[in-house]
Order: sequence, then C-alpha cells, then structure tokens
Amino acid sequence: MFDLTGMTALVTGASGGIGSAIAKALAAQGAKVALSGTRAEALTALAQEIGGGALPVPANLADTASVEALIPAALEALGGRLDILVNNAGITRDNLVMRMKDDEWDQVISVNLEAAFRLIRAAARPMMKARFGRIVTITSVVGTTGNPGQANYAASKGGLTAMSKALGQELATRGITVNCVAPGFIASAMTDTLNETQKGAILGRIPAGALGEGTDVAAAVAYLSSREAGYVTGQTIHVNGGMAMP
Amino acid sequence: MSETAERVKKIVVEHLGVEPEKVTEEASFIDDLGADSLDIVELVMAFEEEFGVEIPDDAAEKITTVKDAISYIDANKG
Repeated sequence: MFDLTGMTALVTGASGGIGSAIAKALAAQGAKVALSGTRAEALTALAQEIGGGALPVPANLADTASVEALIPAALEALGGRLDILVNNAGITRDNLVMRMKDDEWDQVISVNLEAAFRLIRAAARPMMKARFGRIVTITSVVGTTGNPGQANYAASKGGLTAMSKALGQELATRGITVNCVAPGFIASAMTDTLNETQKGAILGRIPAGALGEGTDVAAAVAYLSSREAGYVTGQTIHVNGGMAMP
Repeated sequence: MSETAERVKKIVVEHLGVEPEKVTEEASFIDDLGADSLDIVELVMAFEEEFGVEIPDDAAEKITTVKDAISYIDANKG
C-alpha cells in the first residue's frame, strides 16, 4: 500500500522540520524527491541523508522570479515528470491586528498563498498532460480555528484550503487530486523555544496530551500522494492530536 | 488540406481521442468532439507549442471550431 516507486515529487520548505520529514517519507515510499527551500546547504545535507533519489532545487518563494523558475527546475531535475507537488513552505509574521503592518500581511499572503497558487498553476500543465497528479498543501489547524495574532497566517491557510477545493473540482477529470494536511502543534525548532508553562498550556488543549511529530504529518502526505488516494480530493486531513475536530 | 490544418487535426485527434473522420473543419470542439473546458485549454496550449504562437485568452475564447483554430494560427504564426 501507498508505494510511490517510480513517482517524482517536489517538496517546498524541505529544509524545515515538517518539510524534511515529508521528503524522507516520500523517498522511503520510493519516490524521487526534489527538495526546495531557501537554505541550499541544508537542502544538500538533507539530499545526502536521504540518498540517491533526492535532489536539491533551491528557491526563495518570497521572490516571484524564483517561484516562476521552480517548477521548470524541478521538472529538469526529475527527468521531465512531476507526479507529486507538496506545498509545505510557509512563514509567520504574527502581530495583533492593530499593530499588523501591511508588509507583514503581504509577506505571509505572498509566500504561503500566492506562491502555492503559482506553483500549482505551473505544475498543473505537466500533470494534466500525464493525466495524473497529486497536489498536497500543508495548511494548519489555525486555518480552520483562527488564532489571535495570526490574522495573516490564518487567512493564508484558510485560503489554501478553499483554493484546494476549487482546484480539486477543476482538475478531477484529469486524475489530479488536490488535498490539504492541517497540522496542529508539531514539535519543531519553534516549539523547542517554548518554556514549560507555555508547553503546559498548549498540551492542555490537546486531547492526545503530546505534541505531534513531523513524521505524523508526513504519513498523511504520503497517503494523499499515493495512487490509493485517487478518489480523495478537495479534502483536509487534520493531524492535531484531537485539538480541533472540524 | 493546408499543412496547418493537417497538424491541427492531428493534435485534436490525439488529444481528444476521436476518429480522424469526425475532425472536419466545421466540427465544434465541445458540441461535436466531446471536449470540455479543460480540453479547450489544453488544445490551445498544444497549438501554442506546436506552432510557436501566443494565443491570448480573449482569442482562445473565440476558437470554438477546428476551422477557428486553423484560421487563427495561419493569421498569427511567424
């Protein structure tokens, strides 16, 4: 089940905790994976760790020209085929609404939502020709529940969810599925900096009583990327230990 | 039949998987050849690649028959 042998994938934000877990999981299932991110050295290290099938394709999704160049670069690295696109890259610029600068709003919408749209648009063409594609976007529990201080981030993630539903309908006849995975609190460099009180408050909201791991998110991505998930589109798998059940 | 017409018909036959006889110049992509809106987008992209022409959206909207496509390409190819 969920064998990805012979398939190719592009993972954005691959140098981060969740992104690297996704890249490893897809590679472990047999896919050849192109790793995108801003930190070329980290990507190269990850590619070496994963082994033969993984290739770094650095890109900065805050830069329009870099976004435009990414799918062609990935196609070239992957031998002209792209079966799986994982939109994982994302940024936060948290602030309360009255203090939130236009720039903070724009940056988050630009990287999280607009870059994903442009990547999907570019990837849709080869996928339509191949009559096969798996587009998986990493959203967030916050895109469903909201979160104070994250108007920009929540809007970007909610936007990705709705966009995936529209595109799921648009591309269904071509064998292309468009889905989301919405993580809750996942252990990462970001959560490592929280103090015990903060951690306790977070854990109190999670019925599972623990933070998630990148591998928990990656497993859902691997499923949605597989041939077996071909009848699932426009959906979100929530990976959050029960903290929200939308 | 012009060279453009032959190449256009070949793309339509391959892309829509229809019998070559059905691809007459008067045939409507949607009404006669069973194309959907995505097929039209894909056909336009295929024509652009094959003939090296740019077919903007407002022009693409007016291409509804095989003849429309041939005429547009003949008038605009380099």
